[in-house]
Amino acid sequence: MAETQNVYEIPIGPIHPALKEPIRFTFQVEGERIRGVDIRTGFAHRGIEFMGMKRNLIQTLYLSERICGICSISHPIAITLAVERAAGIEVPPRAQYLRVIYSELERIHSHLLWAGVAAHELGFDTLLHLTWKVREQVLDILEELSGNRIDYALPIYGGVRRDVAPEQIPKVEAMVRYYRGLLDELLDAFLRDPSVEARTRNVGVLTAEEADSLCAVGPTARASGLSKDVRQDRPYLVYGELGVKAITPRDYGLEPRGDVYDKAVVRLLEVAQSLDLIETCLYEMPEGEITSFPKIPALLAFLKKAEGEGLGWHEAPRGEVIHYIRLEAGVEEPIAWKVKAPTYSNLMSWVPMFRDQEVADIPIIAASIDPCICCMDRVHVVRDGSPGTVLKEDLLRLSRAKTERIVSGARLSVPGSRPTAHGLRTTDYGGGL
Amino acid sequence: MILKTLFSQLFTRPATNRFPAKYMPKSVLGFLGRVKEGKATLVPPVPVPPRFRGKIAYDREKCIGCQLCIRVCPAKVIEFLPEAKKIRMHVARCTFCAQCVDACPVDALAESPDFLLSDTDRSSATLTVE
Repeated sequence: MAETQNVYEIPIGPIHPALKEPIRFTFQVEGERIRGVDIRTGFAHRGIEFMGMKRNLIQTLYLSERICGICSISHPIAITLAVERAAGIEVPPRAQYLRVIYSELERIHSHLLWAGVAAHELGFDTLLHLTWKVREQVLDILEELSGNRIDYALPIYGGVRRDVAPEQIPKVEAMVRYYRGLLDELLDAFLRDPSVEARTRNVGVLTAEEADSLCAVGPTARASGLSKDVRQDRPYLVYGELGVKAITPRDYGLEPRGDVYDKAVVRLLEVAQSLDLIETCLYEMPEGEITSFPKIPALLAFLKKAEGEGLGWHEAPRGEVIHYIRLEAGVEEPIAWKVKAPTYSNLMSWVPMFRDQEVADIPIIAASIDPCICCMDRVHVVRDGSPGTVLKEDLLRLSRAKTERIVSGARLSVPGSRPTAHGLRTTDYGGGL
Repeated sequence: MILKTLFSQLFTRPATNRFPAKYMPKSVLGFLGRVKEGKATLVPPVPVPPRFRGKIAYDREKCIGCQLCIRVCPAKVIEFLPEAKKIRMHVARCTFCAQCVDACPVDALAESPDFLLSDTDRSSATLTVE
């Protein structure tokens, strides 16, 4: 029989009712089967790093919080660690424990949020409502501790801004007990439900080899059986002392397959792990200062004098987040700021996950890596008003041109504008009311 | 097990607070007007925790005009009034991080429990603190 061309292209996005954030998928579909996928990003680029380089470090800290509403502790922790390494700031032990408590609370709320979204994508809205109802408890605790329901504004360079007061400890303990008692019900509803299992078992498979070669991070990698967790592999804060171990489906007595089901297993077990960590931290937390700079003017002055570069990493609920920062003495703003959000590392794992799956499984597979597109979008090139792709040759040409400019000592900068890396001219960004 | 939870919920109070009224009024503004006249009662919002970060309260007398809050504010909420050497805050822009409260050397700023701040006019009296 002669081969016929039966593969069609289905574009989904960047703006589409099924997508919560702007990204474009182009699926090659043969019947109901997906044969290939192309992913186009860059629709949610906000230039946040550039904005950060126009603000002093304290303002940049709160800007980093707004990279992602869900990871609004993870990004500040990564940037504070980076700045503390660059400037050589010591963090008091109590503050390190408090940072762990706050980031584990965030992990619980993020994983429960994901579980609800996953249930919704499967058409199991009862479970969505149930999960999000129980998620309120951890949000209440975060509001109790930070004063905000979301965007907590807790870490600061050299420590944290708020302590856990003695009268708040019973409330946190009550929350830990509440979720412990509920965990079995959640595991039952998600993992022992025949319809959930039918929709998620062997769907969106990412093998361990693929996860490894594509550098997947976080629960996406762990569901494939990789023992990969920044808290375990490169301990920071007090995670080394707490002895965090990466959770894989093996901890649930399953051989990892890397499908959507395994990703749910890993996330739900991590909720239990976070509860243990919070409890341990509450009991082992030493007394003492919560910041090495109680006075803000002293902190500002110290940061202005600081010079150097630093890297901060943190295991966000979605995986590894990295912030790079470079400081120069006498300048309040960071000279360079680079953010790598976990979704950036997980993006390519979509390609093997979508292969040979059905069109109806697109939403749950897309959701299974817990994507955060606006976190991830960092580079977008617009030239002459139209977005385009920069090829390696173009970059090489630009690089050579830049060398020539520097060598010839051309100081032709136009007032109010400055040449950028890609030879474009941008006018100075002015903030203010 | 989930069925048990669902059936038991038929006989318990809803998890959500029915704010501002038990049933959605046709016009929220009209309903709030009737509340003001005493013709309707408001279902109160969920109480806020003790250390809640609401609208920033400003003590104009204490303020020494050092502008430290302006330096640390990430959202550029605060405007300096040079003649009076005082500040004006545009709450519509505020991110409620309360960094200005931490920075203030004379405790002229404080976190208040007010959070019902929505308004159609961003320069209204509720959204301007001075």
